[in-house]
Amino acid sequence: MLENYLPILIFIGIGLVIGMAALIIGALIGPHKPDAEKNSPYECGFPAFEDTRLPFDVRYYLVAILFIIFDLETAFLFPWAVVLHKIGLYGFLAMMVFLGLLTIGFIYEWKKGALEWQ
Amino acid sequence: MFNDLLLILWIIIKIIVIVVPLLLGVAYLTFFERKVIGLMQSRIGPNRVGPWGLLQPIADVLKLLTKEIIIPSASNRYLFVIAPMLTITPALAAWAVIPFSQGMALANINAGVLYLFALGSLSVYGVLVAGWASNSKYAFLGAMRAAAQTISYEIAMGFSFVGILLAAGSMNLQDIVLKQQGGFWHWYWLPLLPLFVTYWISGVAETNRLPFDVAEGESEIVAGFHVEYSGITFALFFLAEYINMIMVSTIAALLFLGGWLSPFEGIPLLGPLFAWVPGIIWLFLKIGGFLFLYIWLRATFPRYRYDQIMRLGWKVLIPVTLVWVVVVSLGVEFKIAPWFI
Repeated sequence: MLENYLPILIFIGIGLVIGMAALIIGALIGPHKPDAEKNSPYECGFPAFEDTRLPFDVRYYLVAILFIIFDLETAFLFPWAVVLHKIGLYGFLAMMVFLGLLTIGFIYEWKKGALEWQ
Repeated sequence: MFNDLLLILWIIIKIIVIVVPLLLGVAYLTFFERKVIGLMQSRIGPNRVGPWGLLQPIADVLKLLTKEIIIPSASNRYLFVIAPMLTITPALAAWAVIPFSQGMALANINAGVLYLFALGSLSVYGVLVAGWASNSKYAFLGAMRAAAQTISYEIAMGFSFVGILLAAGSMNLQDIVLKQQGGFWHWYWLPLLPLFVTYWISGVAETNRLPFDVAEGESEIVAGFHVEYSGITFALFFLAEYINMIMVSTIAALLFLGGWLSPFEGIPLLGPLFAWVPGIIWLFLKIGGFLFLYIWLRATFPRYRYDQIMRLGWKVLIPVTLVWVVVVSLGVEFKIAPWFI
């Protein structure tokens, strides 16, 4: 059972090695002549006038929070979907109740304007 | 002990057999893209390097390898270097579970769809880390946009996977393909048509390709999250994007278009006539079709506005998939032939 996952582990390792090897080869072959102008942040020729790490729009947080709710729901749905043909009407109805509750929540946040971007 | 080493060596050889054609495929996908877009815009496209420009991708690789790697002074050095690796590793590792034909998979695991979904989600980390570590305003904006867009479309994508799992009753990619046997009207694109369309749109959005490429948006935020990257560090992001494009096309072919199954199966005359064609050819043809669709979309559509992208994801795709998941589960519950038996 678990030995099926060994190739995946090796593949992830090889993926890392390919990424690292490319960076090392690039660093070895390429020239290396840093200067202050070249290394300054790119802002269309102007000197950077503020640090980048400023507060940003709260909507990004909101999207992330909504994402967690829906992603958890997907995590619930995956095992249910695989065995639905075995668990019959009871399993079907139980999930429909859950989906119904979730849809009510979804309609609520839609009406509240949580999904609007101005 | 010796046998274990031999096994590991065999696995590494198999991985190389997957990765090398994949990287070559990416190189020539960029060439194909430039040629096709050129022709669609009444230009010739690259034609200088080698016969018909066929050596152009190799020249590009050499150029990118020999360019200087610039690490901006304001950046977080380590995160800045780690980010490209963080992007390329999941893009490559996802190929471990793809079956190229019957029994031709590196790892034939039962949780194949879950694994693909998980690695697809990991790609957002590389983008976020790159944008944050660059400490440049364009990079930061691009990374925020890319992250919010990716996670929004991931939900719709997850729901379309749920539809597939419902129909097939399995998460094993080989089982899912084999369940679609019996002719092209048995493939899941037909009973799951809304989910198929949703999957494709989310796939294009997940890979940040036009018309959903606000994360890069050359004309507004220069190149988005990888504006500060140069040389091979940039090439790794580029590579990962194209590998992900091929991945999305492959998953679409496997889950919705019957993978390696022949489109002429079950048709009198044509079926036996094409029975000799190996399955892997059909799979590659289907993947090629989807890749052409990617390029066609890029040549045809203007860029969406950001609020339009979020509206499409949350207010159109998610409700559509929710409804269709319920419809499919009803179909499974009442065993609607010929798909849900």
